Amino acid sequence: MTNKIKIENLNVYFGETHAIKDVSLDVPQNKVTAIIGPSGCGKSTLLRSINRMHDMIASARVTGSILLDSTDIYDRSSNPVLIRRRVGMVFQKPNPFPAMSIYDNVIAGYKLSGRLNRADADEIVESSLKRVALWDEVKDRLKANAMDLSGGQQQRLCIARTIAVKPDVILMDEPASALDPLSTLKIEELIEELKDKYTIVIVTHNMQQAARVSDITAFFYLGELIEAGDTRTIFTNPEKKQTEDYITGRFG
Amino acid sequence: MNGMVARSLKNAVMMLLMGTATLLVLTPLVLIFVHIVREGAGSINLDFFTNIPNPPGESGGGMANGLVGSAIILSMASLFGIPTGIFGALYLSEYEGNRLANVIRFSADVLSGVPSIITGLVAYTLIVVPMHGFSAIAGAAALGLIIIPIVLRTTEEQLKMVPGTLREASLALGVSFWRTTLQVTLRSALKGIVTGILLSIARVAGETAPLLFTSLGNHFWGRKLTEPMAALPLQIFNFAISPYEDWHRLAWAGALVLVVIMFGLSLVARLFGRQKPMA
Repeated sequence: MTNKIKIENLNVYFGETHAIKDVSLDVPQNKVTAIIGPSGCGKSTLLRSINRMHDMIASARVTGSILLDSTDIYDRSSNPVLIRRRVGMVFQKPNPFPAMSIYDNVIAGYKLSGRLNRADADEIVESSLKRVALWDEVKDRLKANAMDLSGGQQQRLCIARTIAVKPDVILMDEPASALDPLSTLKIEELIEELKDKYTIVIVTHNMQQAARVSDITAFFYLGELIEAGDTRTIFTNPEKKQTEDYITGRFG
Repeated sequence: MNGMVARSLKNAVMMLLMGTATLLVLTPLVLIFVHIVREGAGSINLDFFTNIPNPPGESGGGMANGLVGSAIILSMASLFGIPTGIFGALYLSEYEGNRLANVIRFSADVLSGVPSIITGLVAYTLIVVPMHGFSAIAGAAALGLIIIPIVLRTTEEQLKMVPGTLREASLALGVSFWRTTLQVTLRSALKGIVTGILLSIARVAGETAPLLFTSLGNHFWGRKLTEPMAALPLQIFNFAISPYEDWHRLAWAGALVLVVIMFGLSLVARLFGRQKPMA
């Protein structure tokens, strides 16, 4: 099992707040790694450090390293823009670009960075939408506004937009928490299908979801990684008492 | 039951107060408009829009030079004030929390409170004196200084209303920060920004004081930007205080045209503001 991402002694601070405390975690390639834990435990903070989204926050400070295929993304020579093209992100609430059509949303990554090759656009749109099983639902109205889609469709569109730029890794920050059960199911099925090509890290509040979709589970509490390992083991036979208390619903 | 009567009474009194307040706001507006139309409408004809003023004593003539002069000065002021305001606002909203940003924001607030005649004096000292003469450029600079804080603050408000999730969506796709700012943030806020720009132009279109000792005014066509140039509000001011009947009539006509232009700009800004968002 090769590791796609190797997080080593990661610390994240926001001003005086120490949000991630000395975390080391391996993320295997073509697997789904779930990050679980109670609210405020640093799940999202960890996720957002993998594509350097904290760069935008003036008070944020990161120490330690995150190796992506053995290159440290926090090295001085690393370009966050290029890293984000390799490490895509899907957000909690579907956030398609509101004034763009479905078609333009899929190719937004190319269009907005000024590197769209018109000849390839149709192909990219079709294959990306097929990949997220949205093609049949929208192929006759690609020019319609993306906001006309349902919430679940919008989220699949956002995933299509993410894979359109051909990343290696997809980060998902509670991607189904704003969706109804049926749309949630579709997203979970999609995650299962996507892992043959992508390495996926998903933050979720929903423990059943983590159990259903992930291969590896990492449990966080108060900014610390308590335990990480094979999902089945974590849910049936955890090593630490805190993990057991959390997954059996004793707190969180 | 008594409580009911008391409440009804209170309600009636408040309604009366609010109605009176509304009437007080509307009355001056209607009075101004009616009066200007009555005095000015008679002198509005083709001559007014195509000719320069006739010498005192000769009837007829128009304010074509003032209209064109205003258009030129306003265009130059916009060219200088609008980009400055927008770029300033981008800095404020995208680099928030920065100490320089706070200084800029405070300066803009102070600048927008500076009386316009002071702005004119500044342009006089900085441009008219070194250039040894009144000029359209100086007038444009003075008006531009008034436009900057208005555009800056309205643009900043609009940029702040763009949801952070949109910025993040773009950044997460590997789009650079400056492209995200221009193509996602700025574009999403465009509608509100344009509305702010139109309102700022409407505001300075009627400014007279900052032009008094900058572009000065001109009875003839101004040929160069480095020379005094006529402007509609200046012409209204000069003609209104002159002793000639014909010039008074022209001043009324000019006032009517100015009010109509400002009304039109505000209306366009309103209509534009109602359209669907652009990005």
